[in-house]
Amino acid sequence: MQPEFRGTDRYVATEELMAAVNAAMALSRPLLIKGEPGTGKTLLAAEIARALSKPLYEWHIKSTTKAQQGLYEYDAVSRLRDSQLGDPQVKDIRKYIVKGNLWEAFDCEVQPVLLIDEIDKADIEFPNDLLRELDRMEFHVYETRETVHAKHRPVIVITSNNEKELPDAFLRRCFFHYIRFPDEQTMTQIVDVHFPNLKRELLREALATFFNIRETPGLKKKPTTSELLDWIKLLVAEDVPPEELRGDDAKKLIPPLHGALLKNEQDVHLFEQLLFLNRRNAR
Amino acid sequence: MLVRFFFLLRGAGVPVSITELLTLLDALRRGLSDASAERFYYLARACLIKDERYYDRFDRVFATHFKGAVDVFATLERELPADWLEQMAVRELSDAEKAQIEALGGWEKLMETLRKRLEEQRGRHQGGSKWIGTAGTSPFGAYGYNPEGVRVGQDKSRNRSAVKVWDKREFANLDDTVELGTRNMKVALRRLRRFARRGAPTEFALSDTIDATARAGGWLDIKMVPERHNVAKVLLLLDIGGSMDDHVKTCEELFSAARSEFKHLEHFYFHNFIYESLWRDNRRRFNEHIGTAQLMRTYPRNYKLILVGDATMSPYEITYAGGSVEHWNPEPGSVWLERLMRAYPKFAWINPQPQARWRQTASIALIRDMLEGRMYPLSLAGLDEAIDALS
Repeated sequence: MQPEFRGTDRYVATEELMAAVNAAMALSRPLLIKGEPGTGKTLLAAEIARALSKPLYEWHIKSTTKAQQGLYEYDAVSRLRDSQLGDPQVKDIRKYIVKGNLWEAFDCEVQPVLLIDEIDKADIEFPNDLLRELDRMEFHVYETRETVHAKHRPVIVITSNNEKELPDAFLRRCFFHYIRFPDEQTMTQIVDVHFPNLKRELLREALATFFNIRETPGLKKKPTTSELLDWIKLLVAEDVPPEELRGDDAKKLIPPLHGALLKNEQDVHLFEQLLFLNRRNAR
Repeated sequence: MLVRFFFLLRGAGVPVSITELLTLLDALRRGLSDASAERFYYLARACLIKDERYYDRFDRVFATHFKGAVDVFATLERELPADWLEQMAVRELSDAEKAQIEALGGWEKLMETLRKRLEEQRGRHQGGSKWIGTAGTSPFGAYGYNPEGVRVGQDKSRNRSAVKVWDKREFANLDDTVELGTRNMKVALRRLRRFARRGAPTEFALSDTIDATARAGGWLDIKMVPERHNVAKVLLLLDIGGSMDDHVKTCEELFSAARSEFKHLEHFYFHNFIYESLWRDNRRRFNEHIGTAQLMRTYPRNYKLILVGDATMSPYEITYAGGSVEHWNPEPGSVWLERLMRAYPKFAWINPQPQARWRQTASIALIRDMLEGRMYPLSLAGLDEAIDALS
């Protein structure tokens, strides 16, 4: 029986996330993770690797990434140069095959964790080109006419920001989990994990302010978990007293160090206006 | 096994396939659900659902299908071991609090209360109501440690009332039949992108050059390709004013999403229905017109025509000459719509009115007929369908 993933000392996993991760591992299928930015999608793979002490391979996808690059690349330029220079190793094509992340993961002696980050950034055909590789965990190298099999089926975590629809055939091979934005209780746990010695009072005020900002209607970009953590880090570093966060009696309209939470000037402006209106109404 | 559930899901419009059902059954065979209803729910969801917009529908089907079955799970739950309770309390409470508890009657008593409370709660749960939501009744709340009680049901999920998770329907707003914001619209519109390399070859094609050079036995053979860009062209005609005022926000969102997605986007406004002229700027709508005929001459056939309007008006405004509410139109609007349809074979009408209300309005049915059914609601799902019709 495989060891189960139950979160780590610095990553709080919800029950549903654990269920999805463990099911994906047991059936050795890729796990597709979606969710709001900043909810720890990318971090998940690293934490699984850390919790179960497995090696981690990361493959970050860009709009120009091709599926082939994850498997291997044939370095034709080096070979051309070597042939011009009369290097004898030019006869062996293997020397010019550069392994990609997927191949490295397949070659690993123990079961590795492979992160395919932001798969939706790639071309629309990208997931389709990986179907067989993810399903059978093998692929063919045309240049050397050999088939590479995975020694241990890796735990594959795929993240997506939903910028493109993924093809059905691809989805059918995956487990899927949507990381919800944490509720106040989970959020307290998350902050606890990151700042174990935080004053309760400061935390309560910070969380209240944070959820308050998140609920402001019409914000262009809502602050997320990672931004909250940054903000708290700043608050602790600056030693801001909890009273200053409590909106109603502070002189300042907007919470201190708000730059960590609100990321564009329209949002700051909107928030200021709303606060101002609220205060006037309260009077 | 689970076949009925599977077909219920399909019936509810959730795309599930046999492979996914088999995966779930395989997972169950390996005992991954742990005989707990909640685990089973998460497992089934991870296996069967591949998009968060179906979470809500899944929850609804799950709730109806497994209503009675949850009680069966409850009997599978183990008895609560005493040391487990103790362990939990030790972990959850700080030393100071423990001392406080001692003062108030000691461990034994506390454990007793806790156990009693648990049983009571389970009893109530089987009676049909949800107990876990009533947090704060736990004895620990009184000591000011945690207002939610010891969170008996929280990470010890064995005892948690299973019904609650899916009955909450937390994903209600992710269902794609609900109208959503700009970003989602952008994502939907993005599917209209057609990347192509057309025009003068201006970019150096590295891999082609290498290939050609290698093939030529080492003689340098440079290859060039044209730049890659989005060639989708869109002609957007928007209804403005009158009954459209209710939909201004969604239309603005659609418009701004479209603006940022397409390099070749031409937009014009009309009021209620298409007649012989349109305008580009609402402030100068009474002096600066462009004839609809001229529009069709200016923009070639490969433009994709998107009309946005609520199509809610008197049928006379469509079918009769002189029917327009604003001016005397020599030809009926329906003639102009037909001309546009002929001029642009790729067209779609996006209607911000909720689809449920379409049947009640005669003019919507009329226009829909004229459009050969290519009218879509302004929701994410509708937009997707419209894009399919356009591409």
